[in-house]
Amino acid sequence: MSELGFTPNEMMTIAASRALKSDDVCFVGIGAPSAACNVARLTHAPDITLIYESGTIGTAPDVLPLSIGDGELCETAVTTVAVPEMFRYWLQGGRISIGFLGAAQLDKFGNINTTVIGDYAHPKTRLPGGGGAPEIATSSRQVYITMAQSKRGMVEKIDFFTSFGHGEGRDHRKRLGIDTAGPTLLITDLAIWKPDPVTKEFTVVSLHPGVTREQVQETCGWVVKFAEALDETPAPTELELKTLRDLQARTKAAHQGTAKGKAA
Amino acid sequence: MVKFLPLKEAVAENLHDGDTVAFEGFTHLIPTAAAHEAIRQGFRDLTLIRMTPDLIYDQMIGMGMAKKIIFSYVGNPGVGLLRRARDAIENGFPRAIEVEEHSHAGMANAYEAGAAGLPCAVFRGYRGAGLASVNPNIKSITCPFTGEVLAAVPAIKPDVTFIHAQKADRKGNVLVEGIIGIQKEAVLAAKRAVVTVEQVVENFDDLHPNLTVLPSWTIAAISVVPGGSHPSYTHGYYERDNAAYLEWDEIAADRDRFQAWMQKNVIESSADDFAGRVEHLRKAA
Repeated sequence: MSELGFTPNEMMTIAASRALKSDDVCFVGIGAPSAACNVARLTHAPDITLIYESGTIGTAPDVLPLSIGDGELCETAVTTVAVPEMFRYWLQGGRISIGFLGAAQLDKFGNINTTVIGDYAHPKTRLPGGGGAPEIATSSRQVYITMAQSKRGMVEKIDFFTSFGHGEGRDHRKRLGIDTAGPTLLITDLAIWKPDPVTKEFTVVSLHPGVTREQVQETCGWVVKFAEALDETPAPTELELKTLRDLQARTKAAHQGTAKGKAA
Repeated sequence: MVKFLPLKEAVAENLHDGDTVAFEGFTHLIPTAAAHEAIRQGFRDLTLIRMTPDLIYDQMIGMGMAKKIIFSYVGNPGVGLLRRARDAIENGFPRAIEVEEHSHAGMANAYEAGAAGLPCAVFRGYRGAGLASVNPNIKSITCPFTGEVLAAVPAIKPDVTFIHAQKADRKGNVLVEGIIGIQKEAVLAAKRAVVTVEQVVENFDDLHPNLTVLPSWTIAAISVVPGGSHPSYTHGYYERDNAAYLEWDEIAADRDRFQAWMQKNVIESSADDFAGRVEHLRKAA
């Protein structure tokens, strides 16, 4: 931890949580998005509807789920529907305001790769693939993305288009008949980014406390554009930090609690 | 007519070399005991269908049973990668496998089309997605009414589907509740279905009228295997063994360690061992 009293990852999660509102209906990806969504629910957005692709609608888990289908999601949900219904009625039906995704590889137009590193047919590394993401990225009204910055993760050219962002930029979504907004926000461990209104290239609009432009550039594989009026992200409040840390402590205890050192 | 059978017989009667088979359960109710029985019986050249291959297909692929996999998320949920599946795809070990990859929406729609007796599923999907250019089974179709271009994928119609469920009644009707996932569609899409259950009860008279019940005549065989979905879980019976999912990441990372684990925990074990594996995961009443 830095002398700031919080880690870059904590800042990322908390900055992401602030983007969510109580009236949002949010389709939650696992990992960093899940933490951010639940911090939002436990702080300023108590009425937010969190949906996981296992069919759980309106969940309020006490600990972060390890998978998108942990039992607690169903136990705390308003309702649980079948997976075809989840994707057909709720996502394809246009009922999701925010799709919240993570990324293994991301380009400056918000296109995401979680499928392969290298060639698809002969991959250097076979990653898990898209799961629900290809349709979350195009059927949610907006997409938020969160990931820690690295040159390996934020690249000029992604190896595979798992989930379409703004494609080559500008009106590429429209040209494909996609009428949703696509990625409108990127929250990293160093900064907040928004797409340029015309080119759709992600542009840094706010640096987290203590972060320099150089640090953002050093951990990004493309030449970074900065907004003319660059803000500083407000540091996490005591309540935000405590909420996140308590949540992570409960989660850690719960996931290790079942370990008995026996066979699966 | 549905038959109540020991798992060994239910698998032997319904699964054959070369079959197209789905072992379904969306994180919840994964039929691990049935998959392990199939591993013990040593089937070959299977086409394995599952939205999320999970540990069971990592194990079956690692044992060389798969000719092809059809899937939409080949990861260890919340943990990372499936290392035996990776070894097969990246290095052809222990054998090369064919890959047919979809999105969850694509698979879910394809199962539903299979259950509905349709040849294909039509939905709004794969827009701008790279999968559409590497999977020849992802095509498009134009809506005859609006002109909108939609995605089309072939229906999934397995030779046999295996699922795990909470319980059956004496007549062989089956209850699925909690995260119901794709269980109903996977059963109705298949030529034959085998269900493992936690228990058999006298009747379902006290159930809510809208719960997911599969009538006995949609199922070929039922086997009672308490704990049969471990390290997945059964809502109302025991929790997901998240620690086992974390541990699997290390076991599957090494070919020899994987083989030793499979020998001890699958080959030299039986369906009866599952009850003991979930004992510590049952919630205090």
